[in-house]
Amino acid sequence: MKGRIFSVVGGMFLLTVCSKGDRSAVQAAPPATQPAAEVSAAGGTITGKVKFTGTAPRNPTIDMSEEAACKAKYPTTPTEENVVAGPANALANVFVYVKSGVPAGQTFTAPTTPVVLDQNGCRYHPHVLGIMVGQPLEIQNSDPVLHNIKAIAKANRPFNVSQPGAGMKTTRTFSAPEVMVNLECNVHGWMHAYAGVRPDPFYAVSKQDGSFTISGLPPGTYTIEAWHEKFGTQTATVTIAGTESKTANFTFAAR
Amino acid sequence: MTTVAHAPTAAHHAPMSFWRKYIFSTDHKIIGIQFLFVSLFFLLVGGLLAMQIRWQLGFPGKPLPGGGILPESMVSGGVILPEYYIQLVTMHGTFMVFFAIMPLLVGVYANFLIPLKVGTHDMAFPRINMWSFWLALLAGLIMLAGFFVPDGAPRAGWTMYAPLSARPDLSGATISQKLWSISIVVLGLSSVMGSVNYITTIINHRAPGMTWFRMPLSVWALFITAILAVLALPVLQGAAIMLLFDQTLGTHFFDPGAGGQPLLWQHLFWFFGHPEVYILILPAMGMVSDIIANGSRKPIFGYHSMVFAIIGIAFLGWLVWGHHMFMSGMNPTLGSTFMVSTLLIAVPSAIKVFNWLGTMWRGNLRFHVPMLNAIGFVSMFTIGGLSGIFMAATPVDIPLHDTQFIVAHLHYVLFGGSLFALFAAIPYWYPKMFGRMMSERIGKVHFFLTFVFYNMTFFPMHIIGMGGQMRRIYDPTIYDFLKPQQPLNEFISYSAFALFAVQLLFAFNFLWSLKFGKKAPQNPWEDNGMEWSLPNPAPHGNWDKTPNVYRGPYEFSAPEAGDKDYLPQYVKLPTDRDPVPAPLPAGGH
Amino acid sequence: MRWWLPDAGSTFAGPIDTLFLAILIITGIALVVVEVGLVTFVIKYRARPGRKAFYTHGSTRAEVIWTAIPAVTMVALGLISNHYWVLMKDKKSIPPNAYHVGVHAKQFEWQVTYPGADGKLGTADDFTVRNQLHVTVNEPIAVELSAEDVIHSFFVPEFRVKQDAVPGMHITAWFQATKTGEFEIGCAELCGMGHYKMRGRVFVHTPDEYKAWMAQQAAGGTE
Repeated sequence: MKGRIFSVVGGMFLLTVCSKGDRSAVQAAPPATQPAAEVSAAGGTITGKVKFTGTAPRNPTIDMSEEAACKAKYPTTPTEENVVAGPANALANVFVYVKSGVPAGQTFTAPTTPVVLDQNGCRYHPHVLGIMVGQPLEIQNSDPVLHNIKAIAKANRPFNVSQPGAGMKTTRTFSAPEVMVNLECNVHGWMHAYAGVRPDPFYAVSKQDGSFTISGLPPGTYTIEAWHEKFGTQTATVTIAGTESKTANFTFAAR
Repeated sequence: MTTVAHAPTAAHHAPMSFWRKYIFSTDHKIIGIQFLFVSLFFLLVGGLLAMQIRWQLGFPGKPLPGGGILPESMVSGGVILPEYYIQLVTMHGTFMVFFAIMPLLVGVYANFLIPLKVGTHDMAFPRINMWSFWLALLAGLIMLAGFFVPDGAPRAGWTMYAPLSARPDLSGATISQKLWSISIVVLGLSSVMGSVNYITTIINHRAPGMTWFRMPLSVWALFITAILAVLALPVLQGAAIMLLFDQTLGTHFFDPGAGGQPLLWQHLFWFFGHPEVYILILPAMGMVSDIIANGSRKPIFGYHSMVFAIIGIAFLGWLVWGHHMFMSGMNPTLGSTFMVSTLLIAVPSAIKVFNWLGTMWRGNLRFHVPMLNAIGFVSMFTIGGLSGIFMAATPVDIPLHDTQFIVAHLHYVLFGGSLFALFAAIPYWYPKMFGRMMSERIGKVHFFLTFVFYNMTFFPMHIIGMGGQMRRIYDPTIYDFLKPQQPLNEFISYSAFALFAVQLLFAFNFLWSLKFGKKAPQNPWEDNGMEWSLPNPAPHGNWDKTPNVYRGPYEFSAPEAGDKDYLPQYVKLPTDRDPVPAPLPAGGH
Repeated sequence: MRWWLPDAGSTFAGPIDTLFLAILIITGIALVVVEVGLVTFVIKYRARPGRKAFYTHGSTRAEVIWTAIPAVTMVALGLISNHYWVLMKDKKSIPPNAYHVGVHAKQFEWQVTYPGADGKLGTADDFTVRNQLHVTVNEPIAVELSAEDVIHSFFVPEFRVKQDAVPGMHITAWFQATKTGEFEIGCAELCGMGHYKMRGRVFVHTPDEYKAWMAQQAAGGTE
């Protein structure tokens, strides 16, 4: 009788604690299996410009009337950042990264300086960011209103935290590479950000003029991918021999 | 079983080891006392959670004093986070309902009182009874673990509505939500084990002369409560298991996308939940009846009506669950039928209140601490019951549902009602449990301060609810229509802090008196119940020979009592004849 | 500091507030009877030396009286209440000329879908706005509620309107606003950490104002 009760209760415990989907603490230690490879400024560089052809779709305006504290920060009506176009059809906010080609077994230590994601005026700054596995993502709230930061991820553990007031900070790290982790606020449905999580420092986000630079690459042949939230992905192949700078441009078709 | 010509005598037993006597005891009295200590602990836990809730509601966004010790998943710079706030409201309700009030009323007093008051040596199944306690403790610890596992405690309200409760990705609670289901299943087992004991003991083991209508109302109430529990808890267990399966086995009981129904959860939960609230009030009513009769030195007014009212409340209690679901989207015609049954259930409760008044009428009132708290119970329960009528009228429920008006109502019946009844019962049977008296003086100060601060805390909640403040919201000042009421929220919070502080008096009185209380005389309240024929504390095995019962339980100021104003059930007068013992069941013991 | 129900803003408020007041009076009388009785007895029948309690087991007549009066009162209350309940919640009570608007509740916003120029929901000219419900005064409005993820509850205190929005269910709640202005929407069913911030607003317009707003929406179009 006693034994039966214990095994039933014990079994229920095991069912709970061992069920899939529950990972342990969010803050995982950065992977450290082999001595870190040197990322020398003396390595090769890939630069380029991202453009698009055709007419960019209009970014919808955001009506922030229901959040007066945020609306007050804008002299003119803000718009969404689905397609941020620069002069001469330059495309900003494109996440460009080395998809493959980094020598196998090479590991890179994540910097301890955090990547800062700021919520200001009910928008994420930056809209697209790159971060290394194990590098801290410091999320801060510069608005005096509630934001929740929901991270929708597949390779990483999703999270959802709230910051009800200005000045609050939360730090999270990602334990696995993932392109891209979606970040959203459910109180302000127009707020979206995208985080490209990489195991190495070979990534960049294109600027307003469409330009990007990835440096410190060891010699090798690399597949570079450019990711845009609306226009999809494009790849290119680049071979680096020494410390030269190579160019890779991307052109997306607007849709 | 021979009839005895002399007064009942106490049992004497061979000495037992400390572990068998006090820890793994099958003695119903020890089990009752174990429930008492554990439940008072969970009452404290529930109170601490409430203090944090009131801090946030009274002073939204201000750092909680001492909040620095909490982890960053709960507070930011000491400020309670919204996801922690909803854990607080959820677990406050959960601990108070399942691990404080229910075990205090049933686990303690059904266990302690029933064998004593019906005149038998222990429960029908003492070992199952012991398991009932250990399972309840295990369930409580499992539930408490929810705060300490990754992602924190459940946060879908103590009512755990699906789909929020079934979807960790939407609520944020992962492991703890599963622990909730397990804890509930274990607690349900404990309840059923206890109930089986209470029912069997009352039906089969009453002493000779203890007919059904000579049982004290406390025993009647506990009997009916046990029937409610044995039928209702399994429904909750089933729902909890379905919820667990939705999270772990990929079932879709409550997932509309796959053919399930969110409303199914509500029907199951409230089909349990409404009888549950009668489980939480009937034992209180029963004990209050005993205490008011004693304090008034008069028989309970309308004893038979009181019994039928208990039965009526319990029966009707199965037919009203939909009144928690008037706004749920269920067919409005069901709203009409549930309104009818809900309005009707007010009637037996009213009957009880009038009978308590009738008991006090033309009595010779002694205001000992139990009597004061029992009168407080009548006063507060009346408010709680009457406020329920507003919500029973379905159109009026529209603005009031899921507002602080409901919170006011439920606290008036559960705190103003059940907890005041416990403040009466605990000192009343304390001498029988521990052989000492609690301090009357501290008890009186505790009663008056609690009564005042209690009403200052919970009466204004009716007004806040009328104004439209929804339940479980982290910051009312987000809404322009609620901003004007914020001063009242502050007032309530200050009153709540004072109310909590005053309970330290009770805690001190309870603990200090264990060692230093005045040694209790055998029958300190000059009461009529069978338990007062035994020394204090009552010995293991209770009586050495089954006592006889000669009259009803409330023969205060009976003419036969002579110059005394009480006449216990066990006292044999020259004019009394010994009752004929009931025939032994075949193969009986 | 508010001490009472919110100011009336719809045709439902009159009957509901009257019913509330009636119940307040009835329960108030009962409360006074009980509490005054308690206080009177506490004072009058306190123990004094030489007194004895009156030995009685009750009175059947008293039982009948105090059973019958509450029972009759409750039945009457039920009949009156049900009349209004059917009016407010029964599907058949929704006026056939009601203006239909869709409200889709999700963590943590109200997505309001308007029927557009053709006045019919479910057609190509529908458009959706966050957290703002624009309606015309003195016109019956049928809110077609749905929920994306968990149970929410559409609550406008001044209109005395409340209805849970349940995933998988399509529930219609109706009201008729009686004064122009802005009123707040709150969520009245715990739906997660952002439950308290699910605030929206109802804008009650004159017919001309509503037409103008509609035209502006057709031209501009915001998220």
